[in-house]
Amino acid sequence: MTEARISPNAFWGPLDPSADAGYDDDRPKRKGFFTDTSICIGCKACEVACKEWNDVPSDHFDMTGTSYDNSHSLNANQWRHVAFIEQPVRPKQTVDLGMPGRAPAYVPGLPATGADPDPVGAGAPAPIDTSDLLGSMLAEAPGSDGGSASADSMDFRWLMSSDVCKHCTHAACLDVCPTGSLMRSEFGTVVVQDDICNGCGYCVAACPYGVIERRRGPDGHKNVGIAQKCTLCYDRLTAGQTPACAQSCPTQSIQFGDVEELRERAEARVAKLHEAGVMDARLYGNDPNDGVGGTGAFFLLLDEPEVYGFPPDPVVTTKDLPEMARKAATAAGVLLLGAAVSFLGRKP
Amino acid sequence: MTGVGRDGQQSSTPQTEAPTDQTDSASALRHPTGGSDRLRRGGGRGRGRKGKVESVVPEAEFTSYYGRPIVKPSPWEHDIPAYLFAGGVAAGSSLLAAGADLTDRPSMRRSGRLGAIAALTFSMVALVHDLGKPSRFLNMLRVAKPTSPMSVGTWILSFYGPFAGAAAASEVLSMLPGERKGVLRLAEVAGRPAGVVAAVAAPAVASYTAVLLSDTATPSWHEAFRELPFVFVGSAAAASGGLAMVTSPVAETGPARRLAAGGALLELVMEQRMERSMGVTAEPLHHGHAGTLMKAAKALTAAGAVGTLLGGRSRAVAALSGAAMMAGSACLRFGVFEAGQESAKDPKYVVVPQRQRLAEHGPTRFPA
Repeated sequence: MTEARISPNAFWGPLDPSADAGYDDDRPKRKGFFTDTSICIGCKACEVACKEWNDVPSDHFDMTGTSYDNSHSLNANQWRHVAFIEQPVRPKQTVDLGMPGRAPAYVPGLPATGADPDPVGAGAPAPIDTSDLLGSMLAEAPGSDGGSASADSMDFRWLMSSDVCKHCTHAACLDVCPTGSLMRSEFGTVVVQDDICNGCGYCVAACPYGVIERRRGPDGHKNVGIAQKCTLCYDRLTAGQTPACAQSCPTQSIQFGDVEELRERAEARVAKLHEAGVMDARLYGNDPNDGVGGTGAFFLLLDEPEVYGFPPDPVVTTKDLPEMARKAATAAGVLLLGAAVSFLGRKP
Repeated sequence: MTGVGRDGQQSSTPQTEAPTDQTDSASALRHPTGGSDRLRRGGGRGRGRKGKVESVVPEAEFTSYYGRPIVKPSPWEHDIPAYLFAGGVAAGSSLLAAGADLTDRPSMRRSGRLGAIAALTFSMVALVHDLGKPSRFLNMLRVAKPTSPMSVGTWILSFYGPFAGAAAASEVLSMLPGERKGVLRLAEVAGRPAGVVAAVAAPAVASYTAVLLSDTATPSWHEAFRELPFVFVGSAAAASGGLAMVTSPVAETGPARRLAAGGALLELVMEQRMERSMGVTAEPLHHGHAGTLMKAAKALTAAGAVGTLLGGRSRAVAALSGAAMMAGSACLRFGVFEAGQESAKDPKYVVVPQRQRLAEHGPTRFPA
C-alpha cells in the first residue's frame, strides 16, 4: 500500500478510512460494532467466542479483587474484555421533589408525571416496553415502587461493558507502525499482519485506548513477540460472516454491521433510553468529527467514559504530528547552526 | 473513586446546591498529597466553568476503572533511553568531527569520528535487541512512512550510518602506518566528504528521537512535544561536546566547549519551559526514580557547563566537566523515558488533562 496520496484530513478529521487507504469504489461498506452496554449482562460469551475463534491463548485469568472482572484488560491475549463496575448508591440528594421512592441520581428521571410518551407504560410506576424489556428494566429504579428487590439488597448497580479495539478512523497504531504490518482492511478495520510485524512495540504506546499489546506469552504459542489485537474477525468478514463475539452475544449488546447504519441505530437507541428516563445514556466514539475521526467500534454508556476505563476525550497523536515535525526540524537547524557557530573564532 | 463521574452529569442533577462552605472541607479531604499545587495551577482556568461540581472538586480528583491504566506503557526497556543517549552522542560527534576536519584539529576529528561510529553501533544493537522479533529488523525497510517517526528515523539512520562509517573507516586507515594505494587510498581520501555529509544528516538523528517519543499516547511524552526536540538536541550537543573534552587536548576543543556549554544551556532552559507547558503530566518528571534521574541530569549538566566555562582550559577540569555533561545527558534520557512509562501506568495522567481540556474547550471536534 502506498502512502503517496495525502488527503486533507490525513492526520485527523472525518474520513472514509478504506477509501483513504486506496481501496476502489467497489469496496464493501465500513464494518464495525455498536456495543450497547445498557443490555450487557456480563456473561463473557464474547470473550470466550473470541478466544475460540481466533486461537487467543487463555492465560493469566484471576480475580482482580475489586470486582467480578477476571480478565483485567484488553491486551494481546484478550481481544474482548468485559468490565464489571459495581457502583454504590450515592447518598440521597438534598433536593427531593417529594416523589415517593425517588430514584437515586444515577438512574434518574422516572417519568413522575403522566406525560409518559410510551403508551404501554402510561400510568404504570415504571415504563414497561415489552419490545425492549431489558431497556425498560434499566429505567426501573432500585427501591422505587416498581422495583421488586428491597432497598438493602439493591443499594448498588452493576455496569457491564464489553470493550474491544475501536478500529479508529485515524488509528494511531497503524500510523506509527514502521513496517506496514498494521494495515487498513477493505472493511475499514485495522488488522495486524503477523508475518510482517517485527515487534517494535510502537503501536502499544501510540494507542489512546491501550488496546494493542505485544504478546508476551505463553511460551511456545504462536505470535509471541508480535503485536496482537482484535481483527474484527477479518477472516469471518471475508466470508460474509458475523464476528464471533457479536454472533455469540445473547442479548445483542454487541451489534455488528455497517458503521453508518449502526450509528443511526445507536442514535435511535439513545433517544429511546432518554425517553424512558435513562438520561445518563450517552454514545461514545460515534462522532466522525471527534479526536480520532470516530471509531468503527463505538459504545452506548451509562456513565462517564473513564468509569469504564475509556479516555474521556481521546485524540489521535498524529493530530499534532505536523507540529512535532516542524519543531524537530527547527531543533535540528538550531543544532547545525550551533555547531557551525562554535567553530567560528580564532584557533588558540 | 466513583464519585466524580456521576457528579459530572449535569443534565440529571439539579443545580440548586450551593457550593459555598463545602468547598474547603471537600478539597482538604479529597486532595492528594503530592503535587497538588501544580495540579491546581495547571487547571485553574477551567474551574467553575462546569458549575458547582468543578468548584467543589479540585482538578486532581478523577474517576477510573478501579485505578487501572487506560493507555499501555510502551514495552520498551532500558536500551531505548540508552539508544536515545548514544544517538545524540553520535550526531554531535559527527558535527564536531567534520568541523575539526575542516579546521585542522586532528585529535578532535579522530575522537569525533570514532565516537560517532561507536555510539551508532551501540544504538543499532540496542534497537535491534529491543524488537520483539529481532530477526525481522529488516522489515523496517520495506516501507517509508512519513506518519511513523520510527520509519522516518530508520531511514535517517540508514542514510547517516554509511557516511559516518566511511568517515570512521578513513580515520582508522589514517592511523595505520605507511602509505595506502588504490581503493584504500580512495577510502582514506573519502573521509572528508563523507564526514561532511554525515554532519549534515546528524542533526536529524539527534532531533527525530523527540518525535519518536512524543508521537504516542503516553501522556508525559506526548505533552512534551513542543519543547522535547530542543531539549534533546541540547542534550546531544552537551554530551558530544563532553566526549570531545574528555578525549581531546584543550588546545583543540574550543569549539567542543562552546557547543557543549551552549547545548547544556539550551537543554536546561527548554526543559524548564517543557515542564511548564506539560501541566499535570510534568508530575512524573519529579516523582520516584524518574524524579531522581531528572534532578541528577540538571545538576550534572549545570555543573559540567559551569566547569566548562570557568575551567575549560585546564585539561583536568575540561575532562571532568565533559564527563559530567555526558552523564547528565544520559540521566536526562533515562529520566524522560521513565517518566513517560510511569505516566502511562497511572490513569490520572490520561483522565485529568482530558477532563481539563473538556472543561476549558469542550469535546475535541474537527472544525467544520
